Amino acid sequence: MKKLKYALFTGCTAKESTPEQFMSTMAIADKLGIELVVLNEASCCGASHLQDYDDFLSLVLNARNICYAESRGLDMVTICNTCQLNEAMTKHRLDSDPALKERVNVKLREVGLEYKGTSKIQHFMYAIIEDIGLDVLKSKVTKPLTQFNIAPFYGCHNIRPTELHHDVNGGESPYNPTSLDELIEACGGVSVDYAEKNKCCGFHIDLQSPKTSNIMAGKALAGAIDGNSDWMVTPCPLCHLKLDIQQPNASKAMGRELKLPVLHVQQMIGLALGCTPQELGLKHHVAKVNFV
Amino acid sequence: MSLETKKVNFKVFRFNAERDFLPYYEQYTLDVTHEEVVLDVLNRIKWEFSGSLSYRRSCRHGICGSCSIKVNNKAVLACKERLFDLVELFGDELVIKPLSEARVVKDLIIDKKDFWAKYDAVKPYLIDDIDEAPEVENLVSPHEVEQILDSEICIQCGNCFYSCPAIENNEEFFGPAAFAKAYRFAADVRDNAKIERLEIVNAPEQGVWDCMKCFECAQACPKDVNPIEKITKLHNMYFQEGIAKSNVATRHAYAFKRSVEKNGLLDEADMVLYAERLDVIKQMPNALSMLKVGKLPMPWNQPKSEKLDEIKKLIKSSSTVKF
Repeated sequence: MKKLKYALFTGCTAKESTPEQFMSTMAIADKLGIELVVLNEASCCGASHLQDYDDFLSLVLNARNICYAESRGLDMVTICNTCQLNEAMTKHRLDSDPALKERVNVKLREVGLEYKGTSKIQHFMYAIIEDIGLDVLKSKVTKPLTQFNIAPFYGCHNIRPTELHHDVNGGESPYNPTSLDELIEACGGVSVDYAEKNKCCGFHIDLQSPKTSNIMAGKALAGAIDGNSDWMVTPCPLCHLKLDIQQPNASKAMGRELKLPVLHVQQMIGLALGCTPQELGLKHHVAKVNFV
Repeated sequence: MSLETKKVNFKVFRFNAERDFLPYYEQYTLDVTHEEVVLDVLNRIKWEFSGSLSYRRSCRHGICGSCSIKVNNKAVLACKERLFDLVELFGDELVIKPLSEARVVKDLIIDKKDFWAKYDAVKPYLIDDIDEAPEVENLVSPHEVEQILDSEICIQCGNCFYSCPAIENNEEFFGPAAFAKAYRFAADVRDNAKIERLEIVNAPEQGVWDCMKCFECAQACPKDVNPIEKITKLHNMYFQEGIAKSNVATRHAYAFKRSVEKNGLLDEADMVLYAERLDVIKQMPNALSMLKVGKLPMPWNQPKSEKLDEIKKLIKSSSTVKF
């Protein structure tokens, strides 16, 4: 089989507040025989906030990001739901509107680049499911997570809106997503069903509306804890930041203590593949990962 | 030729606010065909099993917006949603509930007064000095009409409103339908109240800045109005019109440009500091716990993009607004 190779769009958090996410991505890529070319030229995706400020500028910058995957002849993988949303949204808008694409390319040509639309853009989790396959992944598991009840937390921007994602997320429904549950099972764990698993964590209004944001996070943590979860797993570092760091705030908002380790999906896969806690950066969590 | 049928278990929410202390569910097992929509099943239950089951329905053509309910927590128009699609998505156990349990009057009928109050608050009508005897026709070009982005086709069903988590957790929030309507008139070249509308939906706790970007509204809309697209457009209008007030949300949005211009990547600490100003003190407990576990890079270790000159050049040439 040809070696899998992707251009990795890390996003900002993997280089800043979630270093463990970058480490675990590289660790499992190594175990799975995937080559990742890091797009160090890339800029911030804008996280839907630059889009609020200056939509055209955000399109130009994201088209530039995609150019660097295209120029290497590679498909792009992302490791953050919001990066995935904004890169995929840019691709969708430019590919479906030739006039807009040309306006963006006029700017890009000034720096010698051109957006073509040749690279697929997919969250790394879905690339693993699609290109490696759950069966192959399962066969590589050396330390099955049999003793754990694991709560999947999908994160909005991998599953909504459908028309942006259905080609690259296995066509899963935002009302009944299954991919993360299947990944948990492939790693040997037991996936926990709870009402908040496909809901919003509240991250994006954390600064302007902390009260609402903390209730959102609190409900998700409470749902997972009441479902008898040992820990939570998410493909989105922004959900992770909200749900991990802000457990004291979420606890206050809900009037009950909420304590739960929140792992990145790469860390969960890494544990099952036998990576060490050091390789997965498990010490970089505020809610202590105390089970390994 | 006999039609293919599927056996489905329906759990139907029942509650009478005048009589019941708690809601309960009634169960029915029915064979459904590929032609049937949810409304057909509600009618069959009412006509054949339980005449007291109450629900709104009128046009049966997806245009009056009255028959909205939730099936397995997915907001649907009962007259448009096909049973076979729901069975494919959720399996053969379907739970039929009102759009909002907290607002039930009877069974699947809810009181939408909060929806309508917020809808009214954005002045959902054209505001203009009408010349009652015009000399020539008042033409609007196709390009100008396109700017409304289909926001006029909203049928006020409430699917987005009662799927919005901001509404669920903050009763002050105007919600996606009102914002889409505010955009519909703000983007209409005939309308004279754009700035007034923008001021209405700018209010803290109520306005567009409290949207949490979950895309539930875009997903729930049966007419593809895509309310969050309009919310983003409203955000853009504050900066384009030069009327954005400096607050934590507008500074949050601008801080991304500020960071990208400096580093290519987001400077997370700088963004929070810039957005919060003195209120940054609130963030200190978070910052401390992040620092302890190595989640906060020091200013001198702040990562930067390669080819930063190229990014700076594009920001200079492609920026469309100032703040």
